[in-house]
Amino acid sequence: MKAKIHVTLKQGILDPQGKAIEHALDSLGFKNAANVRVGKYMEVDLNETDRTKAEAQVKQMCEKLLANTVIEEYRYDLQ
Amino acid sequence: MNIGVVVFPGSNCDHDCEYIFKDVLGQSVKMIWHKDTLPAGLDAVVLPGGFSYGDYLRTGAIARFSPVMGAVKTFAREGGLVIGICNGFQILLEAGLLPGVMLRNTSLNFICKDVYVKVENAATRFTNRCESGQVLKIPIAHADGNYYTDPVTLGGIKANAQVIFRYCTAEGKVTPEANPNGSLDNIAGIMNADGNVLGMMPHPERSAETVLGNEDGRLIFLSMLSAFGKTEQQSRLVSV
Repeated sequence: MKAKIHVTLKQGILDPQGKAIEHALDSLGFKNAANVRVGKYMEVDLNETDRTKAEAQVKQMCEKLLANTVIEEYRYDLQ
Repeated sequence: MNIGVVVFPGSNCDHDCEYIFKDVLGQSVKMIWHKDTLPAGLDAVVLPGGFSYGDYLRTGAIARFSPVMGAVKTFAREGGLVIGICNGFQILLEAGLLPGVMLRNTSLNFICKDVYVKVENAATRFTNRCESGQVLKIPIAHADGNYYTDPVTLGGIKANAQVIFRYCTAEGKVTPEANPNGSLDNIAGIMNADGNVLGMMPHPERSAETVLGNEDGRLIFLSMLSAFGKTEQQSRLVSV
């Protein structure tokens, strides 16, 4: 099974990178682009066929390492 | 005093810390590879600056799982002195030994320069040789030093006098202009509730010797010695 994981900053947490990109988009002429937020995307192959077990593992991975839940939230797809 | 300096892959201030404690202050120092455990008999542990694991994922996020960190947590829980400088501070945050996280500097730049910090609490084992409100000039060198925590935690650490250093002007005024990285409340260093774990972004080991033109950082290390009943004279005698 493959887990596709997105880690993003929570709402309200300042994202200086996103801001810088937003300004760059603006100077490129994309005047209607707003609220750019930068996140991380990770893929993990799991040697597991049971969906429930895989989901529990991915959740643990996110909580323990992949996201810092003070400032970040995560979501994932299992395929 | 017996000091252990932890060496992670990517640490680059480990030898500076060793030099200050051993050659400048005359203490006994052991370098501890991150895959080892802490030797018995240590009085203090230093988590040095650098770029452990290349700052992959988040600063300090992977170093936190290094085998030695289990021993560091136990050491801290049992009351041992732990100081994390720069990347060491980031590791302490990720390890949960101190509250909060580091965000990217608001300028997005790696900032390497002398800054002024105000000693907010001089009644600690890391600042007892400073005066309350004293302004120290100590260099910073980081890209992720923008301290953040939730309002409840911030209120708690402030009420409990755990905010130890705040970025300020040369005159000691804590202003937004004196904040180099966007840090919440100008926070440059915090301590745990028990008072034995300190994290700070400025590098005192880079400003602890006359020949470097700045000795302000030395006060942090001398305070740690004082906490163990050692004096500057004793340490100087040994180092001569």
